Amino acid sequence: MHQQPIDRREYNITAYTENQVGLLNRIAIIFSRRKINIESLNTSPSEIEGIHRFNIVVVETEEVVRKIARQIEKQVEVLKVYFNPNEDVIWQEMALYKVPTDVIAERALVERLLREHGARAVVIRKDYTVFETTGHREETDKLLAVLQPYGLIEFVRSARIAIIKGSEGFHHKLREFERIEPGHEVSENDYLNSRDKVFSM
Amino acid sequence: MYTQEQPQPVPTSPEAAVAAATPATRTLSGAEATLHALLAEGVDTIFGYPGGAIIPIYDALYDFKEQLNHVLVRHEQGGIHAAQGYARSSGKVGVVFATSGPGATNLVTGLADALIDSTPLVCITGQVFAHLLGTDAFQETDIINITTPITKWNHQVTDASEIPEVLAKAFYIARSGRPGPVLIDITKNAQIQKADFAPYQPCTHIRSYRPKPIVRPEYVAQAAELINQAKRPLVLWGQGVLLGQAEQEFRQFIEKSGIPAAWTILGAGALPTGHPLNVGMLGMHGNYGPNVLTNECDVLIAIGMRFDDRVTGRLDKYARQAQVIHLDIDPTEIDKNVAATVPVWGDCKETLPLLTQLVQARTYPEWRQRFTEHDAEEIAAVIQDELFPTSDELTMGEVIQQLNELTQGEAIIVTDVGQHQMVACRYAKLNHTRSNITSGGLGTMGFALPAAIGAKYGAPERTVVAVIGDGGIQMTIQELGTIMQTGVNVKILLLNNQFLGMVRQWQELFHERRYSFVDIASPDYVTVAQGYSIAGRRVDARPELQNALREMLEHPGSFLLEVMVTRENNIFPMVPQGCGVGEIRLK
Repeated sequence: MHQQPIDRREYNITAYTENQVGLLNRIAIIFSRRKINIESLNTSPSEIEGIHRFNIVVVETEEVVRKIARQIEKQVEVLKVYFNPNEDVIWQEMALYKVPTDVIAERALVERLLREHGARAVVIRKDYTVFETTGHREETDKLLAVLQPYGLIEFVRSARIAIIKGSEGFHHKLREFERIEPGHEVSENDYLNSRDKVFSM
Repeated sequence: MYTQEQPQPVPTSPEAAVAAATPATRTLSGAEATLHALLAEGVDTIFGYPGGAIIPIYDALYDFKEQLNHVLVRHEQGGIHAAQGYARSSGKVGVVFATSGPGATNLVTGLADALIDSTPLVCITGQVFAHLLGTDAFQETDIINITTPITKWNHQVTDASEIPEVLAKAFYIARSGRPGPVLIDITKNAQIQKADFAPYQPCTHIRSYRPKPIVRPEYVAQAAELINQAKRPLVLWGQGVLLGQAEQEFRQFIEKSGIPAAWTILGAGALPTGHPLNVGMLGMHGNYGPNVLTNECDVLIAIGMRFDDRVTGRLDKYARQAQVIHLDIDPTEIDKNVAATVPVWGDCKETLPLLTQLVQARTYPEWRQRFTEHDAEEIAAVIQDELFPTSDELTMGEVIQQLNELTQGEAIIVTDVGQHQMVACRYAKLNHTRSNITSGGLGTMGFALPAAIGAKYGAPERTVVAVIGDGGIQMTIQELGTIMQTGVNVKILLLNNQFLGMVRQWQELFHERRYSFVDIASPDYVTVAQGYSIAGRRVDARPELQNALREMLEHPGSFLLEVMVTRENNIFPMVPQGCGVGEIRLK
């Protein structure tokens, strides 16, 4: 086994893309081909209608991430790729925690819990309660540890979303870009639900 | 939805009436629209194999026989390799038709080969009806996801109306920038479906795609400055020079700068092999001088090449002393394997003339003398015995040498993969560009026979010689059927050493001669060829060789010449795996 290089760290890759079927796979295989695990992946619209955005988190060296970013940008339907260490982005992850209401109400100091962890109750039912918190990994992890003894039924954490601190320049270019050349609508299969009505052989 | 006949819309307004009367808009099936798109893109030849999911396109093709020459291959892999050969000899986009399922999966090797060797292809596969996608329908396979890592772009069409625009994009992407293969998967309903089509619009721009990086003059200036200060500069060129159609620009740069230039096997022929500044082949079995002197040059100028591991050997022992100038159209190649001191992004057809303008006219007599000295060493240790052997048995090298004497470097040489490939690339005389067609990056055995067929279609005026080993020919030997049926004139020069020779060489040198499954039996090839009505001859003696080669070349049609060569010859020089280029062995 090779020793882990000491300069591996979390990088946030931001890719601005067209919204096309199959692009997710095209991007994902750039990582899997090199046996790099994707720690987190989020796809969403961007501030500009017609331009899509990927947020991908990996733990790698800067050199590897730079090469990967170039490979992603090389794909026909990718407009632009950035990669940033954590200090260059503002990032958040959201977590949901489902706990039995009776336990939590009887044994936990719910109010303190919510206050300390910036959490809020999304649903309160007789049988269970769902809390939500948003923050960095350590913050969502902390609440997880706190709730574990209270019979935690379900836990889920979202992908990371990140905003680049110094992104203004690109934002203007992107907006201008979309204005000059508006994007196409995503092309999907319109026939999947019409199986019985069509001729086939 | 899948109606085969669509009623003509009744014009409801004066505008609509005018639009309907415009002859420009035509009602066509998706299959017809596909063929119209191919014609509009200047396609003249298609390599393909029909099947259930692509029948509508083949049905339409029945009416296009005059305009589109369809070559019926014997296996889809043969089809795609033929399209690669066509693209490589002609510089045009190769086109392939295949059906869904197994037809499509048989394209996989060729797609991977075309991607790594930057060959422009548009492959059109049939697919099951759109409503059946994901149901494990007969001959359904998810070819889009299978081919995503081995295509420059791919796309599935489920509605006829998409076809012209998607095909226009396909051709544009395949041929622009760093070329590559594109696969378009068209569901059967989209082939049958009728729609109104506007006149075909070629694609010249995709907003998210930058085929060529913008040339930065400041980097060209920096590169020129480095070159002008150099005492021992060396140029390494690759296929980028051919792909950019920059052979003239490249030659002017070399001749003005006076810099010795060495080539990767895909770059071979961009500068004639006989040119005084052509110092030979790079890489594991390349020439002695350019390998050794890579580690002695002070400025290394890489043009349209990607520092493949077979070229560089061990990277930490590669040109550490040199300042590196890297000209490439693909930004991902800069700093990928070898860090560039000065990166020159761009199409070398644009960057080379800028550079030529700025470099001083020089000659490097002492530096070039070093190459001559190394050549002399290599001739004494390797080449003399290989090309002019005194032993009884024939060598591969002397076959190529004799071939050179007859073709005078005018032929296209298509090679397969293995020892014969290295011999052919090392020794073939090439006067012209696009004369060396080989599977470089992927090393695909079975490439040569179908690629030679395609190469002949791409350059019908030229002699095409396929140099193939006894291993490789058995991988795609069924394409003899394509030669038989089409009558295409391909010269097959089979170098038979009765071994999978390259693997045997490694087993001899690095595995104590433990010959594990490299002893491969052959059929009687001349009889096999005869079965396909292809003339043939077998030689195993030196006095017959030249005569037999002449017979092959002068024969009016295809000809298979099997030459029995010495069984256990090794290819030298050799940079052993894990060694630096400076550690190249002459024996």
